[in-house]
Amino acid sequence: MEYILQPWPWYISGPCIAIVMFLLLYFGKTFGMSSSLRTLCTIGGAGKHVEFFKMDWRSQKWNLIVILGAILGGFIGHQFLSHPIAIDLSPETITDLKTLGFENAGSSLLPPELFSWDAVFSLKGILILLVGGFLVGFGTRYAGGCTSGHAITGLSSLQLPSLIAVVGFFLGGLIMIHFIYPLLF
Amino acid sequence: MGKYIKFFLVGIFFGIVLVKSEAVSWYRIFEMFKFQSFHMYGIIGTAVITGLILLVISKMKKVKTTEGSELRVPLKELGYKRYIFGGTLFGLGWALCGACPGPMYILVGTGAFSILIVIAAALLGTFVYGLLKNKLPH
Repeated sequence: MEYILQPWPWYISGPCIAIVMFLLLYFGKTFGMSSSLRTLCTIGGAGKHVEFFKMDWRSQKWNLIVILGAILGGFIGHQFLSHPIAIDLSPETITDLKTLGFENAGSSLLPPELFSWDAVFSLKGILILLVGGFLVGFGTRYAGGCTSGHAITGLSSLQLPSLIAVVGFFLGGLIMIHFIYPLLF
Repeated sequence: MGKYIKFFLVGIFFGIVLVKSEAVSWYRIFEMFKFQSFHMYGIIGTAVITGLILLVISKMKKVKTTEGSELRVPLKELGYKRYIFGGTLFGLGWALCGACPGPMYILVGTGAFSILIVIAAALLGTFVYGLLKNKLPH
């Protein structure tokens, strides 16, 4: 039990994610978290206005069930299977974050500087979450997949389009962290 | 409902793994893009290698899915524009809010309810992509 309560090392976590991918393929489906965003748009009635959302959402019900499970898994993992959060970040990361104004890095899953309600209700705070979320939603559908569909499933099936997408993920991420963060914080 | 239980269980396992691996943490994503820790690269790397091995074995053994069809990974259409443009936009957002779609949902379960704003914005982004799809280079 003590091993479960500790953070899991990468060499346990990575193979576990591959098992999730494999099980979904074995069930005749696929591992793609972002597809659910399109399905939810369809359920919300987007198909009445836009061709892209005209589909039978019931064919995607299984993926919404995976997500309901993942939410419950997040609850179980956080409430019952974790010691108080102490993420073992590298000392350089903690120093860099301090320079940017992020204190106590690693003592929670998300930085209160961005995700506490005080931060959310500031103009800058809400814009960061809205723009970030918008780019994830737009970019993932444009690229035809996210980390699960391209980085895990696409790379492990040796697909060139997924490699290009993952290069894009890192290009965008590096631009954001190295060039845009210093302007924002 | 019975046929959906297996999906629910896989989802629970996925949620627990991503919490316990700390891959749902904004801090880990920041650290990854700073190249200051091997952690996230280790997770993605071992996931890809394990996935590759499982797929090769299932191909050799001609594993059938529970639906009775041949187990195969859906192929992405060829091309590069949508992948590099879309991928870069995704990466900008991923690094800005520190969460990709899987972790967004899982974080709701951990009680981080302000992530719902990010999910709402991601839904809007998906909708706007659907609106503009035919005008974008793919």
